[in-house]
Amino acid sequence: MKLSIERATLLKAVAQAQSVVERRNTIPILANVLIEAEGSDATFRATDLDIEVVDKAPAQVERAGATTVSAVTLNEIVRKLPDGALVTLTEDSASGRLTIEAGRSNFSLATLPKEDFPVMASSDYATNFSADAPTLRRLFDKSKFAISTEETRYYLNGVYMHVADADGGKVLRCVATDGHRLARIDADLPADADGMAGVIVPRKTVGELRKLLDDDDMKIAVSVSETKVRFATPEITLTSKVIDGTFPDYTRVIPQGNTRKLEVDASEFAKAVDRVATVSSERSRAVKLQLDEDRLILSVNAPDSGAAEEELAVAYGDERLEIGFNAKYLLEIASQVDRENAVFMFNSSGDPTLMREGNDTSAVYVVMPMRV
Amino acid sequence: MDCDAFYASVEKRDNPDLEGKPVIIGGGRRGVVSTCCYIARIKGVRSAMPMFQALKLCPEAVIVRGRMDRYVEVSRQVRTMMDELTPTVEPLSLDEAFMDLTGTAKLHGAPPAVMLARLTKRMSDEIGITGSIGLSHNKFLAKVASDLDKPRGFSVIGAAETTDFLRPKPVRLIWGIGPAAQASLEAAGIRTFDDLLRWDRRDLNDRFGSMGERLYALARGEDARRVSAHTPVKGLSNETTFHDDTNDTDILDGHIWRMAEKVSGRAKAKDKAGRVVTLKLKRANHKLLSKRQILHQPTQLADTIYRTARGLFDQVGDQGPYRLLGVGISDLVPAGDADREGDLLDPDAGKRAEAERAADAIREKFGTDAILKGRALR
Repeated sequence: MKLSIERATLLKAVAQAQSVVERRNTIPILANVLIEAEGSDATFRATDLDIEVVDKAPAQVERAGATTVSAVTLNEIVRKLPDGALVTLTEDSASGRLTIEAGRSNFSLATLPKEDFPVMASSDYATNFSADAPTLRRLFDKSKFAISTEETRYYLNGVYMHVADADGGKVLRCVATDGHRLARIDADLPADADGMAGVIVPRKTVGELRKLLDDDDMKIAVSVSETKVRFATPEITLTSKVIDGTFPDYTRVIPQGNTRKLEVDASEFAKAVDRVATVSSERSRAVKLQLDEDRLILSVNAPDSGAAEEELAVAYGDERLEIGFNAKYLLEIASQVDRENAVFMFNSSGDPTLMREGNDTSAVYVVMPMRV
Repeated sequence: MDCDAFYASVEKRDNPDLEGKPVIIGGGRRGVVSTCCYIARIKGVRSAMPMFQALKLCPEAVIVRGRMDRYVEVSRQVRTMMDELTPTVEPLSLDEAFMDLTGTAKLHGAPPAVMLARLTKRMSDEIGITGSIGLSHNKFLAKVASDLDKPRGFSVIGAAETTDFLRPKPVRLIWGIGPAAQASLEAAGIRTFDDLLRWDRRDLNDRFGSMGERLYALARGEDARRVSAHTPVKGLSNETTFHDDTNDTDILDGHIWRMAEKVSGRAKAKDKAGRVVTLKLKRANHKLLSKRQILHQPTQLADTIYRTARGLFDQVGDQGPYRLLGVGISDLVPAGDADREGDLLDPDAGKRAEAERAADAIREKFGTDAILKGRALR
């Protein structure tokens, strides 16, 4: 195999590959990226056996072929090469090495046979649809903060993507929760998406997917089966197993009867929460909200370290309420609000609270209070 | 100061019928020897020995179920006497403590050796138990000295004779050098302190990592650890050895609950909560399995400890039968930081916590057996 490729193109492909491979690996081949040269393209394939990313890039192929090298090392090398360089990759099957040449730099890397590289089995995708990058970006960006890291509740370690019935008809919905906060984000149902099986997209896949979504004009081809999900642009194909588990019935978690309404400027609110939380110990950052007629007092009382209080002008017309929250959760959900005021709907100090942006119900958040 | 066969001595003191008889403290036929008196030790009985084996060695032994409350009480009396000697008392367990007597000679008008001799005499006259003293210039040597001529021992290792004393001794004298460490030392040709002295610092570090530095110092009788009166509690745990090895999930579940409840009870008594729950299982072949889970928030609730430990148990899968099960919490924090957040996906958790607190209140008023979960009867 021998090919030449522009450094920036190569870096993009190799960077994506190295982020998929696991850092600690007991199977050496899984640390490698499979490079295949054919026609006028080079493809770069990496996997951790759960996720596979394939990146196709234009290249001048002098001699077709394939080999595998360490994804991390190759990425480091390419990253350090000067911008604009033309990089030539040459496989010497006699020595079992891959040489990398750019300008006056010359590297030689150990390879592993391409036959050993595991290629993910193809799947029959029952649902195939196309979605805009900004749509997917919103669905996953606004929900991923609530993904659980708890291993015992593995079925919460991802974003539940499914078709749901909302007030205005069917929607494409993403839900994530860790039992302490929950995010439910809706988007218009893309054509052909109806009938899609609900799948739990793992946290790592969500992170990798994000790299495909930066271009606003990009259309993403989404394919879903019971066990796998695939996101593809013309260059990059990201295939992932989905979490084999049942996502809990989140609908009963979302409070319906909360009537006490607080409306507040989200960024002012977030800043105030952040300020008062400064005095609290790292571990139990509990912030108390005292609500009175059009007045919100945020306070933190940490016996060992200190106390803080701040008052905000808000819209609140209900009876007096005191309720506590984990400051981190309040900050996270407040930072999801980007256009209008944040609207909080409370019930009592022990019940889950709902938050949304203005009157927009296409993104709602639920957060569990904390005893203060 | 290290009490001699503490639990057994307390039993003999409380029950004169036991005088002159071999006494073993421990649970049931299937349990292990928790401790035993010196008469039983002469027959070869040792702590942690399975009970059937102990009874084979010493069939006439009287087995007494431990009475922890009583031992705690007697231990407190001993502690009070030690507190009169120095404010710096660091208990290692109920029957063993380090005392830093540096600079107390003037206060007491007598050197530490005299005061320690008086202490053991008072212990035996007023409390009715005996102890052994090890007096030296650091913790490591004091501990070694206290074991030198038990029972009723009194050994002093002076600074000048430290190296000569240690030289011929085996390295297993060092606390924390178990069979595994011993084997790795032996593989390096190190059996005695003399062998250890031949190694230079860097080689020890290279070969034994963090342990190397400690070995280098201990070989020279050096130990910089201070006697500290405020050793924080790192964790709380309870374990039980079963009467019969079992694979029965229902029975094991009952044990998990009871252990969780005990740990929770101690945490509540100490006003502590733990952020980590650990499950320990010993298989019939004595192989240990241990699993831990970091909690989202610290807890002192038996319900949460039980559910977490049960989750860990389910992860272990069917690898039994088991002979022992233990549950513990660690990474302790003040109880005020515990159990403050509910779980969206487990709306009943709050009710269970309230039920537990109500049951605690009932027990407080009417005794520990006044109310219990059906699960506890498994």
